[in-house]
Amino acid sequence: MEVFKPANAAQLKDALAWSAAEGQTLAVRGLGTKTGLGRPMAAARVLDTSALKGGIDYQPEELVLTCAAATPLRDILLLLEQRAQMLAFEPPDLAPLYGHEPGTGTLAGALAANLGGPRRVKMGAARDHFLGFSAVSGRGEAFKAGGKVVKNVTGYDLPKLMAGSMGTLAVFDTVTVKVMPAPAKSRTVLAFGLEPAAAVAVLADALNSPWEVSGAAYLPAATAARSGVDLARGAGGSVTAIRVEGTAVSVAARCEALRKALPASAGQEELHTMRSRKLWEEIRDVRALLPDGSALWRVSLAATQSSALVAALPECAYFFDWGGGLVWLAMDEAAVPARAGVLRAAMGEGHATLIRAAEATRARVPVFEPMLPGVAALTRGVKAQFDPRGILNPGRMYEGV
Amino acid sequence: MLAMPPPDRAILDRRAAIVDALRAIVPGDGVIDSEIGRRPYECDGLNIYRALPMVVVLPSTVEQVAAVLAYCHAEGIKVVPRGAGTGLSGGALPLEDGVLLGMAKFNKVLEIDYANRCARVQPGVTNLGITNAVAHAGFYYAPDPSSQIACTIGGNVAENSGGVHCLKYGLTTNNVLGVELVTMDGRIVRLGGKHMDSGGYDLLGIVVGSEGLLGVVTEVTVRILRKPQTARGALVGFPTVEDGGNCVAQIIAEGIIPGGIEMMDKPAIHAAEAFAKAGYPLDAESLLIVELDGPQAEVDELIAAVGRIAKENNATSLRISESEEERVRFWAGRKSAFPAVGRISPDYVCMDGTVPRKKLAEVLTRMNELSAKHGLRVANVFHAGDGNLHPLILFDANKEGELAAAEALGADILRLCVDVGGVLTGEHGVGVEKRDLMPAMFDATDLAHQQRLKCAFDPQGLLNPGKVFPQLHRCAEMGKMHVQRGSVPFPELPRF
Repeated sequence: MEVFKPANAAQLKDALAWSAAEGQTLAVRGLGTKTGLGRPMAAARVLDTSALKGGIDYQPEELVLTCAAATPLRDILLLLEQRAQMLAFEPPDLAPLYGHEPGTGTLAGALAANLGGPRRVKMGAARDHFLGFSAVSGRGEAFKAGGKVVKNVTGYDLPKLMAGSMGTLAVFDTVTVKVMPAPAKSRTVLAFGLEPAAAVAVLADALNSPWEVSGAAYLPAATAARSGVDLARGAGGSVTAIRVEGTAVSVAARCEALRKALPASAGQEELHTMRSRKLWEEIRDVRALLPDGSALWRVSLAATQSSALVAALPECAYFFDWGGGLVWLAMDEAAVPARAGVLRAAMGEGHATLIRAAEATRARVPVFEPMLPGVAALTRGVKAQFDPRGILNPGRMYEGV
Repeated sequence: MLAMPPPDRAILDRRAAIVDALRAIVPGDGVIDSEIGRRPYECDGLNIYRALPMVVVLPSTVEQVAAVLAYCHAEGIKVVPRGAGTGLSGGALPLEDGVLLGMAKFNKVLEIDYANRCARVQPGVTNLGITNAVAHAGFYYAPDPSSQIACTIGGNVAENSGGVHCLKYGLTTNNVLGVELVTMDGRIVRLGGKHMDSGGYDLLGIVVGSEGLLGVVTEVTVRILRKPQTARGALVGFPTVEDGGNCVAQIIAEGIIPGGIEMMDKPAIHAAEAFAKAGYPLDAESLLIVELDGPQAEVDELIAAVGRIAKENNATSLRISESEEERVRFWAGRKSAFPAVGRISPDYVCMDGTVPRKKLAEVLTRMNELSAKHGLRVANVFHAGDGNLHPLILFDANKEGELAAAEALGADILRLCVDVGGVLTGEHGVGVEKRDLMPAMFDATDLAHQQRLKCAFDPQGLLNPGKVFPQLHRCAEMGKMHVQRGSVPFPELPRF
């Protein structure tokens, strides 16, 4: 298949202008780590944006960073680390889930998929840190939106629209994100042996405490046994994990308060910086904690609904993040068509994404949550405005979108 | 002077029939057609612009909202939604040939769900009303615009309102989980909910901050947070604006994100002190209020660090609050800055730009030059943590030409903000106030892409027209692709 590989913004525009004029479809790809995410596409060409990298304008004191869209995320994170800053939405590295080397995704990819890690509960998702961009729409026209300052309400918040649109509306040329100071210390309180519903209640208490919890996860026994962190792996039962971050004095005081609030019956432990970071990396990146080769769901739902969801699917390995508001669930590939409906019914209000499955499965089962008619009409309307000929990632999210 | 879309004679001629039709949808006192009854709705917080709406409708159910919009959609009647009318950019400025749709009767807290850390409320509940509903359990709603006692959450959603705590806790958009929305054709949709990530296109994300142009919000699900264990403030005076700016930069560079950092310049300090007697240092060229909130151990540690950083940046006065009473007193002057300025000038307009913080001193210097050029005084208060400026332009509307001079100075100040890499509005919205300045920040293609979003929600352009965008375009015209097959050469770019 022919691959367009624009070397700069002008070439990106040329490629899209021609494709729009000719009605030629494009599969948009950065470094290609997420090509396995979404519905299978039949595009005429590949648009490879990987040459649009670098051009980093990092202003630590302004808390903003602008760069070419396909700049590797790893490069950005290293740069931020040197100034003790971070992307607060804690982008997961899902590359290994799809068989790629760790750390090979791009910043634009993290934004286009709107991926947020465990800190989502405190600091928000990628969308909440996406300040501005320049891009070329499916009309073949270059445009920009948002700004390069942390507070801006000028015009519609198009960065929000682009976050999570999976390259179906426009192709980024540059992106601007908000950065934040990285906490000096990370500590995690562990409680052992809780059942899912009880764990969600404990996590809710922690998240509802004044201790500024920045991670709240539950690993059932089988999942905890897969962890590379000794205190989790050797727990011999479920692990409920509560993270706090900040200065040394602060994290020590908060951990002590959180431990006092745990149920007396539960055994407890505490992870300090290195092991705490390791555990939350596992939770963030998912792969180590769930069986290889299985189909994988990412379910965003009301936290109180999560224990009912896993009870309805007793055959599945899983864990909870976001205090139960996010369920990662592994399912036997062959069972997906039959069990997807059970999952979506048990979830209640929410969004289930079939984040990894064989292509044939993703062609059969809705990868993204099916939309109600009103939302579907608006979604199709927005797509038609930005990409009237449907040239960008056709059908990757929904039929006709 | 501001130009609004010319009233449609044909609509005005049908006014009596339109009022009757609306009364059939919203019975009782929900339709106001007398002049005296409509007069209170003629402006919002930007009261230099006024227009008497054709008719005011105050629905009380989502079905009524849907029926009103469906009727107006079918009849080609324009609609302007309104919350509490506290907005500062004229987003709720009525149209003489339009229905003013007031959402004040939607004033109920529907559900508080602590286990999922959210509350479901109607759009007419005030911002502070949400906090009051959950305060007994130790919770609050984080965004806190200055008007929080009066402004409603529906208006906050429309404007993506901020407040003094944005840098740490985000704007409205970061604290809203879901809405129920009625589009102009009368269709009711729900976006988001109690879950955190909604997937699909983030329609919720674009509805927040859409200034009433995409739909009418009839229900909002907001995140609620546990109140911080404690808060402490530092009140610091500096000999120059630059020192104050450097102090803010160093606080953030050292990894401290305060709950709030407010700065005031000398004219604002003097006005506020005369009004509130908060004990502000009158010799300072700039004053900082730094507030840290969170766990006690952390706040005590970091407030000491802030004190050290202040001294390293030439602070001429420094007080750190030792009690809640003292902390609140630090804020007394800042919180009354607007009425304080109102006392020293017959009229004022409050501007709202954001600049990169390092440009603060340069912007103030150039602002002083502009102030001299237009012959009007300016007092400045800033949300210094995020570079959000609120220059208050003082004028007297009864003096010939002063309103026009104030408008011209305001426009110059906002162009200056864009010029140094900032934006036209940090939290007040574009509305009518900054509408004609949009081309300073966005070119025609940028604006067209924004307006196409509007086309997906309201193709006839009936909902709040004349706001945000300097020119109205017909959606059919904008939707055209001006290319023909074969007219664009095959691109010269690397291929494989």
